[in-house]
Parts: sequence; C-alpha cells; structure tokens
Amino acid sequence: MTQARSAVEFDPVVPHGDNGIVRSRGRQAKAPWWLWLGALALVGPLLLAIGSLFLRVFDATPAAWDTLFSTRTLGLVWRSFALTATVTATACVLGVGGAWVLARTDIGFRRGWGVLIALPLVIPSYVLAMVIISATGATGLIADLTGYTFPSISGFVGSWIALSLSTYPYVYLITSAALTRVDPTLEDAARGLGATRTRVFRTVVLPQLRPAIGAGALLAALYTLSDFGAVSLMRFDTFTRAIYAQYSGRIDRSPAILLSIVLILLAAVIITAEWRTRGRGSIFTSSPSRSASRVRLSRAGRSLWTAGLAALVAVGTVVPIAVLGGWVLQGLANDVEFVIPWNAVVGSITGATLAAIVAMAFTIPTVVLIVRHQSKRTEVLEKSIFALFSLPHITIAIAVVAFTVTWLRPVYQSLGVLVAVYAAMFLAQSVSSAKSSLMAIDPTVDDASRSLGRGRFQTLWRVQLPLMRTGLLAGGALVFVTTLKELPVTLLLSPPGFSTLAVRTWAAADELLYTRAATAALILVAMSVIPVYFLSIRRRESVGS
Amino acid sequence: MTTPIISVSDASVSFDDTRALDGFSLDVPVGALVALVGPSGCGKTTALRAIAGFQDLDAGTVSIRGETMVSDKINVPPEKRRVGMVFQEYALFPHISVAENVGYGVRGSDRVRRVAEVLDLVGLAEYGSRFPNELSGGEQQRVALARALAPEPDVVLLDEPFSNLDAPQRERMRRELKHIIRAARVTAVLVTHDQSEALAIADIVAVMRSGRIAQVGAPPDVYRSPVDPWVAGFLGDAVMFDSTVVEGVIETPIGDLDSDVPSGTDVQVMVRPEWIRPVQSPTASACVTDTEFYGHDQRAEITLADGSVIEAMVPSIDAIKVGDTVTLTLLDAVVFDRKEPAGLA
Repeated sequence: MTQARSAVEFDPVVPHGDNGIVRSRGRQAKAPWWLWLGALALVGPLLLAIGSLFLRVFDATPAAWDTLFSTRTLGLVWRSFALTATVTATACVLGVGGAWVLARTDIGFRRGWGVLIALPLVIPSYVLAMVIISATGATGLIADLTGYTFPSISGFVGSWIALSLSTYPYVYLITSAALTRVDPTLEDAARGLGATRTRVFRTVVLPQLRPAIGAGALLAALYTLSDFGAVSLMRFDTFTRAIYAQYSGRIDRSPAILLSIVLILLAAVIITAEWRTRGRGSIFTSSPSRSASRVRLSRAGRSLWTAGLAALVAVGTVVPIAVLGGWVLQGLANDVEFVIPWNAVVGSITGATLAAIVAMAFTIPTVVLIVRHQSKRTEVLEKSIFALFSLPHITIAIAVVAFTVTWLRPVYQSLGVLVAVYAAMFLAQSVSSAKSSLMAIDPTVDDASRSLGRGRFQTLWRVQLPLMRTGLLAGGALVFVTTLKELPVTLLLSPPGFSTLAVRTWAAADELLYTRAATAALILVAMSVIPVYFLSIRRRESVGS
Repeated sequence: MTTPIISVSDASVSFDDTRALDGFSLDVPVGALVALVGPSGCGKTTALRAIAGFQDLDAGTVSIRGETMVSDKINVPPEKRRVGMVFQEYALFPHISVAENVGYGVRGSDRVRRVAEVLDLVGLAEYGSRFPNELSGGEQQRVALARALAPEPDVVLLDEPFSNLDAPQRERMRRELKHIIRAARVTAVLVTHDQSEALAIADIVAVMRSGRIAQVGAPPDVYRSPVDPWVAGFLGDAVMFDSTVVEGVIETPIGDLDSDVPSGTDVQVMVRPEWIRPVQSPTASACVTDTEFYGHDQRAEITLADGSVIEAMVPSIDAIKVGDTVTLTLLDAVVFDRKEPAGLA
C-alpha cells in the first residue's frame, strides 16, 4: 500500500495523454461494451463530423477551388506562418527567461512573481487585442486621458503583441516544471569540473530543457495558428479570419470548408510534432532529492531582471485590467448607459456549467477505459480526444455546421449541440486530470471489489468514481474556464438569442463599442479567476504533501 | 477422498509470446491450507488470479465447490465466485474506513455484527473507525484478511501475503494467519516465492515451475522426496553427485548406498546438507575447510579426497573446527534416474 509511486504531475493548463506509469499485469480484462458506448457517445459524432468534412472536397464548387488556389491563399499561408513564427519565438524568450530567473536565481519575491506572470492565462487573446486597439491611436484611451497620441497598434504588430502575451505563460509553466525536475547535482558536477555558470547553462541545463521548451513552443505555435479572436479584431488576415469571412454572409460554404481542411492539415503537422517531443521529454522525470543552489545575481542583474518581470506583469495583466476599468469609468463619465449584460452572463454560466457537467460525465467511462483497459484501441481513443482539443476551434465549428445542416437539421444551432461540442472539445482537460487521479490508485482495488461480490458497475460507482473525484472536479473546473473564453464555436453554433460574455466582448469590440466590450470582458475575467484560484491552491497542496 | 473444493485442470494462459500457465492442474481438498510456491515468473500469481476470476484462460477448466466456473462455454465473473482474496499490496479502499472496508462485501442486516466479529478475529476490534493510511503494514494486512473473510466465503486466496512485511513481523504474521484461517474454517490457497515460508505454513505444498505443477504433497514429503533434482534444489540446499548403479550399489564420494535400481543405470544422488553427519577421525581423508556457526546449528565446508567440496549442516553441540579430518555418514539420500529424473526413490 505504501510503496513509492512516481508522483503523477497534475498540469492544469496543458493536458496531455502520455504522462506516466503504464501498469501492465499481463493481459487486462476485456472492457465491457457499455464503457465503450459511454466513451464514444460524445466524441464519436464530433470525430465523424470532422471526418465527413473531408468528403466535402468532392462537392466543392468551382468558385471554391478558385478561392483556394488564388494568390490570396498564398498570402494567408504566409501571414499565418509569419505570425506563428514570431509569436512562438517571443513566447519562448519570455517564458524560458521568466522560468529560469525564478527557478534558478536568488531574485526576490519569487513566489509572487511566479503567480503574477502566469496571470495572462485568464485573459483571452481577444480581450488583450481589444485592450491594445482601444488604448492606442488618435481615438484611443491613452490619447483621450493624457492628450498624448500613442501610435496606433493593430494588424501584424498588434496580433503579435496580443498573442505573445497570451502564449508565453504556457512556455513558462512547462519550462518551470521541467526545471524543477532537472537534477541540480548535474550542474554541481559540471561546476566542479571547472565550467562557468554560462557554460553550465548552455551545456547542461539547456539540453535537458530542450524537450520542455520544444513542447511549449509547439503549444504556442498551435495556439497562434488557431487563434481567431485576436487576429479578427486586429484585422490581420490569417486562415482563421479568412474562414470566418468566407463563412459569414456567403451562401456557398465550400470555400470556408476547403480553407478549414488546409488549416486542419497545417495544425495536424504541429500536433504530430508536439506528440513527438512529449515522448522525448520524459527523459528527465526523476524527482531530484535536493533543490538547486541558486545563482546569486549582481546588483545590476537583479534590477534588470526585476524590471523585466515588472514590465511583463504590467503589459500582460495590470495595463489590460486598467484599460478595461478605464473604459468602464469613461463610459460612466460620459453618461453611456452602464448595463450589466445579464443575458450574456446567464448564457456564459449556462454554457460553461453544462459543458463542465457533460464533460465530467463522459470523462468517467473514458478514463476507466483508458487507465484500466489499456489497449491499442484506447490509445487511439485518447489520441483522438487530445486531437479534438488541439484543432483550431473555427474548423471544428465549420465541421459541425456542415454536418448538422446536412444530416441533423433539427438540432442545427441548438443549445444541446453547442454544449456537446464544448464538452467534446475540452474533454481532454478533464480526462487528463481525472486520469492522474485514477492512475495513482493500484488497479487491484478494483479486483478487490469484484472479489467481494460487487459487479463492474458497482465497482465503478463505489470505488473508482470516489477515487477519481478530486481529479474529475478539477477537470470540470478547467472545462468551465475554457468554455467561458471560447469564441469561434460559440459564434457559429449558438442558438438564436443565445449570447455569452466572450461573444459580447468580441462583437462590441468589433463595433468599437469599448465600454460595452470592457464591461463584459471584466466580468468574464473575474469569473475565470475564481476556479483558476482554487485549482492553483489544489496544485500547491498536492505538490506540498 | 471427497471432491476437491477447488479443481483446476489443464489451464493455459499466454501473454504475448510467453506461456504463463501451461497445462496447470491442481485439486485443493476441503479445509486445507495450500501453498503454491515457485520461482518468480513461474505463473503462480496468474494461477491464483485465474481461480479468482481476474484472469481469463485460453484453455482448461476451473470448478469451485463442484460448480464449473470456467470452461469452454462458461466464465463466471469474479463477483459471482464467492472467493475471498487478499492481495499482495492489500488493495484496501483508501477512501473509506476500516469498518467500511471490511463491510464492503457483506450484505444484509447482519453487517455491523459481522464486521465487529471479523475485526475481533484478526485482533483489530478497536480499529473500525480508522482509515487505511493510518495503519501499519501488518495491520493493513489483517484488515485485508478480515475484509476477505467477512462475506463468509469458504475459500480464501492470498497473493504473497507476507512480501510487504519485514522479517520479524513476517514470522509472527505467519503464525497468526494460520490460526485465523483455522478459526474461520476456510480453505486457503496462498502464493509465495519463499520455499521455507511455504513449508512452514502449509498442510500441502504445490511446487510450480514454468506454468505447471511439478509436485504436490505434505511439506515433509516434498522436502524429503522431491520428484526431480529441480524440485530438490528449489525446496532447499542440496548436494548432488553423479554415479552409476553397479550390482545394487551406488558409489558416491561420501559413501556407498544400497539400491534396487537395475545395474548400469546412470543416477544422480541428492543429499540434504543436514543428512550428512561428519565425525572426527584422525585417519580420515575428508577435511573441514571452513565453518559458519549459526547458533541453532552450524555449516561445515568439507573438502573430499578427490578435491570436490560439499556442505554439511551439523547440530551446534557437535564440536567441529577448520582442519579437522572427518569420516562422513549418510543419514538419507534421494536417487534420480539421470535419463528420466522423475520416479526413482
């Protein structure tokens, strides 16, 4: 009962499938059919919808092919690529720099900085974009308040800034986690052999971090390629924005479908690359017995790094919140009617709560299947679930629209389909979280229950479910937060009259109604902070014990 | 003999390319405490899991209480077999108390009384409200046993029940387990890789090798009369000599044996170190070259005239020291046919 088990990492932001122990005790018992039914009922139809998107190639109109092969598409590829590359590079510099200085130097106030620089995670990219656009330029908030006209930022530069701020926390979190696992005795050994600090970093630390940084970089790249909210507000034409433009206001949906297929294929390249690095990243999963000795920073170095961290927190969190608050106050001052968008608040809470509940319900059979009945088939299931999480949302939305319009007309743009798509897209988060819980439990407890006369279903209900409860609830909270921020699927699949804070923020910002947008955005951020706060407490406790 | 309470015949199981069970057959009489013993990887845990229902068979049958549990057509799920199981790592449910663990398999109104009764039986009457993580290894073990006994099964299976205990605890728990199982009047099959543990605790020892039973018998019988050199070596220290029968006599470097084996048969003679009695004699050619004194007995390394080295276990009251020359007396020996090792006595 008390033998050492490798601690299973709980990662609230980046769920992944292959994190650890495979316990094989000969051949595992065959899974009962109802587990498969439960696991496939949610993701099966969505996978089918995405698969059938590819069949649409055959009935694409000539006009659609013309759109695809026009020089415009080449431009899309180029702009998407340029943005993805620059954002990824920036995110790596910020993320690795922040992780190293907080994990390996004696800079002051480390714990506080650690929390603060991860905060942009709760601010959606389109909110950052809206903040940047609305604060700068001749009509911006800065000009309005100070009289000084800050140069207008939009297009490529605006998208680059907004998305770099949104993505660096991923690189930061993955790299920090990896840094704590790099055995510091290796660094001591290198220093003992006469290497300087910079040489130690270059030749010992960095090579060990490379898989983690690679994983973080690919995640940032995937996020950028998939982003719709920021680039659309910035009016920067990438694939996602072009797909939305082709979709809205056109009767012929095939250009949007063809572009979606190209984007899915591009994303698939990154997803596959990311899976490759995952495997390699597991080289250093030892937990070092001793914490690293910290580099003593010089006075100048300390000031410089502190200034850098402060700037990052200012630009990524403080300024955005201040600008949102500024717009609300400005609206009040100018007698713009201040309304709490109750319709959107209710929509957000309804959508996110239902998505979390549905995701948790389907997580139970899925996790039992993946952990207790491991086979080639469950690996495929797990990969599919993680692929759904990684695909650009706009392409999923297009696939669901095409599928429901053709075959499920009665449920097209119904709340049920919207919630099911949310839950299926974000199932990876709750599966990953619940999986860690169940994997930490010796599978013979299931056998014990069976030998005491309880069948499979009773064992699931009385033993497995209580044992994965904490992980499951944490996963549900993650799904809740992610759903709150979701934009493209909500835009395309919402029932008439249904609105969310995300949609309201984006739409109002698009129409330059910044007070309206800021009100919705502030409520949205406040609602995301609460579950994230609880998750971080839980994480700290599980690390502490 | 009455019908066995557990009967496995010709069971086979393969994992990928290895055969975990390969024609495994075993009959367990009612009320016996059987130890299934073998080296690691011989398939003993697989056999136990097949009886409990956690391991599907590729071929073979299992019946319990005369009812068929596994055959070509039938496969009764574990929860319907009414077999108690104690797992190697105990597998206590970490989220519920000791009493709830023990009561998990008990149905009906009698539950509270039954839980108290079994907890009392294993000596943990006061522990009901504790949680598994608050117990020592030995206590967890007893809770696991109580939980398996609570639904009043007539068969209990134990997988390496002592492997997670330290040496002094292990010996105490071994005796206690025997008493509890007797008191509960159940048939028990336990799996162990430790032959001395198997010999000490069981009424019947079943020696397993490469997925099948090599020998079944009472502990003294399997120890004194192993069916082949492998079983002999597995169950204890063995000194082996190769020889040939010549007119009813087998010559060995430590003395001759009478035998009714036909002349000319190539044989292997197995002697336990404690069956060799060295006696000091100034004119003898064998010489003590090393000793180890254990207290209850002592080991002597003896170099024979032909240069070969054997070991003898000698009572501690015998005075024996390095440099002594000794004559050797054989108290007993087992003779195997080298061509077909099983069968000779």
